[in-house]
Amino acid sequence: MVRKIENDHARFRDIVRGRIKQDLRKYISRGELIGRVGKNIVSIPLPQLELPRFRYGRVGTGGVGSGDGEAGTPLSGEPGESGGENAGDQPGEHLLEVDVSLAELARILGEELQLPRIKPRGRRLLESDVERYTGIRRTGPESLRHFKRTFREALKRQIMMGLYDPARPRIIPIREDRRYRSWNLKRVPESNAVLIYCMDVSGSMGDEQKEIVRIEAFWIDTWLRSQYKNIVTRYIVHDATAKEVDQHTFYHLRESGGTKISAAYELVDKIVSRDYSSDEWNVYPFHFSDGDNWGSDDTRRCVDLLRDQVFPRVNLFCYGQVKSPYGSGKFKKALDEHFAGNEMLVTSEIQSREGILDSIREFLRHGK
Amino acid sequence: MNLPADMRKGVDEIEGHAREAGLEPFPTVFELVDVDEMNEVAALGGFPTRYPHWRFGMEYEGLRKGHVYGLQRIFELVINNNPCYAYLLKSNTPVIQKIVIAHVFGHSDFFKNNMWFVKTNRRMMDEMANHGTRVRKAIERYGLERVENFLDVCHTLENLVDPTLPFAALPGGPARGASAETEPAPIAVRRLKSKDYMDRFVNPPDLLAARRQKAEEEREKQRKRFPREPRKDVLQFLVENAPLERWERDLLTMTREEMYYFVPQMQTKTLNEGWAAFWHSTLMTSRILRDAEVVDYADCHSATLGGGSGALNPYKLGIELFRDIEERWNKGRFGPEWDSCDDLDRRSRWDLHLGLGREKIFEVRRIYNDIGFIDEFITEEFCHRHKLFTYRWNAQTNRYEIADRDWRKVKQQLLFGLTNLGSPHITVVDGNYGNRGEMYLVHRHEGVDLRLDHARDTLRGLFRIWQRPVHIETLVEGKGKLLSYDGQENTEKDVKVA
Repeated sequence: MVRKIENDHARFRDIVRGRIKQDLRKYISRGELIGRVGKNIVSIPLPQLELPRFRYGRVGTGGVGSGDGEAGTPLSGEPGESGGENAGDQPGEHLLEVDVSLAELARILGEELQLPRIKPRGRRLLESDVERYTGIRRTGPESLRHFKRTFREALKRQIMMGLYDPARPRIIPIREDRRYRSWNLKRVPESNAVLIYCMDVSGSMGDEQKEIVRIEAFWIDTWLRSQYKNIVTRYIVHDATAKEVDQHTFYHLRESGGTKISAAYELVDKIVSRDYSSDEWNVYPFHFSDGDNWGSDDTRRCVDLLRDQVFPRVNLFCYGQVKSPYGSGKFKKALDEHFAGNEMLVTSEIQSREGILDSIREFLRHGK
Repeated sequence: MNLPADMRKGVDEIEGHAREAGLEPFPTVFELVDVDEMNEVAALGGFPTRYPHWRFGMEYEGLRKGHVYGLQRIFELVINNNPCYAYLLKSNTPVIQKIVIAHVFGHSDFFKNNMWFVKTNRRMMDEMANHGTRVRKAIERYGLERVENFLDVCHTLENLVDPTLPFAALPGGPARGASAETEPAPIAVRRLKSKDYMDRFVNPPDLLAARRQKAEEEREKQRKRFPREPRKDVLQFLVENAPLERWERDLLTMTREEMYYFVPQMQTKTLNEGWAAFWHSTLMTSRILRDAEVVDYADCHSATLGGGSGALNPYKLGIELFRDIEERWNKGRFGPEWDSCDDLDRRSRWDLHLGLGREKIFEVRRIYNDIGFIDEFITEEFCHRHKLFTYRWNAQTNRYEIADRDWRKVKQQLLFGLTNLGSPHITVVDGNYGNRGEMYLVHRHEGVDLRLDHARDTLRGLFRIWQRPVHIETLVEGKGKLLSYDGQENTEKDVKVA
């Protein structure tokens, strides 16, 4: 039976989804959701779900407590949560936070941006073995003992042996009656994806630009994670040279100097051809830069690298150009000219935080 | 009733003890529920048959989360109804179950005998089920979205009631404020006393005539005013006068009824919990508890009454006040002689062996609500003994800090939180403002500003019902402001506040 509250609760979740969707742009541009991510769960503050009322403003009200201390002693903990303000009880004073799973968030993002589901590349069908505890065995660890089956075996045995007395139904399992859960192997199709984030860390990329990249990468991650079971992320930073770094370094590194984008593309090519054969992996390189490359020679080299080495091995190559006060922003134009009509490449320009959502849509709307 | 036989026996036994001790509870129906069911019932305000609304789902989510994280647990839930319904958690240990049952009888007795509950509907279980049916019918007919949006507005306005109203109105008679239909008294102009021959000079006729005219004008203005007098029961004013459809009026009336049902519970929270805690501890320790159960009992009892870091636990405040009152009236520590004695040594040994304590606390439970309870019985000694203090938000340090230990301040702070159920005092003074059918509310400022973002949104809700521009006059940082919503946008302008 569906309990009555389930309806109310489902409706509440609906409203939460609606509110998140409505304000998605705001949440995304503020970047406030990142850092609230627990294990597969995001706590989203939704103060606007609180019903408005004529009520007192918070500051200025106080309360009554009990304990030691002189005037001016700070209260430990937050009063009012567990009773301090109960005398002046104002329900709903706490900030309402709603837990949403990352999968659900991805779905909301998908709905809002009308993203298509990604079709894994059809060249191969990868399979892998998964263990499922669906079987029964006669041996095993006690922690996996199957009580019902054990009981049934004992009952069967006692009936067969004539030991069962319906008036006093006592079932006593012996060693041989015991049954244990065990695993069976199951073949399931598998899809793997690798995301390679490259970022320009030359002097012209400021903190704000990096923050934009960080936020955008988070949401791209969230979406792709909802589409693939197994996701690997790699990070590359480059100025005049490129190197692979871990996630923390990626977002916090501050370098300066010139920009040679080809160095990054060479490294992408190296990583992909070494670690991720295109038969088994869906590969998504994302490159973020302010578009200020060093000389047109290098840009030409980038184009060659992309066309000959990178494109054949990846699903999609995304280039996001973050506007910076220093960058010339020519690189995007160069790419767009060379690859006009080529579906392997998506470029987008991110003017500010507000542009993140549109940029994500641009990258992901192809469903590749 | 789904109690197992042994528990049934326990309940009967505890009820016997409670009655012997002088409690007179309603007949009480016990239900055993699991945690999910308990959270469900609690989210629905105690009524499993309540109407559907997402707000209850939100409550439920909060309760469930609180339970999962181990922050809170509801042991029991008691509904003011005849018969009284009590929900007990299945997983309570036998000792806790005993405490909880004794506690329930305390609440049940309080609901039945406290005078503030006299006007509440004792068939609320049925009434709530009816409300559920009405809302569901409305949803069938007008669609979920429409009904839900309207209920949202109703909830937004539900604290615009007058807690004293049930006692001002005659049963079945017109509500206060609507009752000025009697023949107006003739206008009397004040005359100074004088001798006959001086009268013409002491009370000049043209002055009297002018005064009379002014009074008449005043009365005329009063007669045209709508409503006649400022009304605090804004909900009722809306029910009577707003251009609502039938189903809308119906739902608004329903919201108001439910609010008035819950008002006494808000007015007596400390008293009610204190009373129940007093009786579970008294009954358990003097009659019910067996030796082997003492430790479990003490553990549970102290957990419910423990104060967190600096916070004041209303259960604790209530039970300690009752204990204090009992002791004071047992020892005769009241009256002018006690009040005027300032010899500390004499005071500390003061005992007249009156033994009036029990009688006094029963009187308290019958006639007080929280405001009277705290105003009357919090004494200087009580504050010192329990280390009470007031705290304030310190904007410089961005934290709450202890402000004062003066017992009068403590009392004042507690009383402020209780005044008008902790809601701002708001009246409707004009339903035809500017002769344009606009609504004009006045917030009586009592030292704390309104929360402005909420106030603006609430005006939007009010407009949805009144369907003409709405205004509220208030003080913001000491200056008079008029917040308005005209259906298009929220505006704000300075006004002079009388």
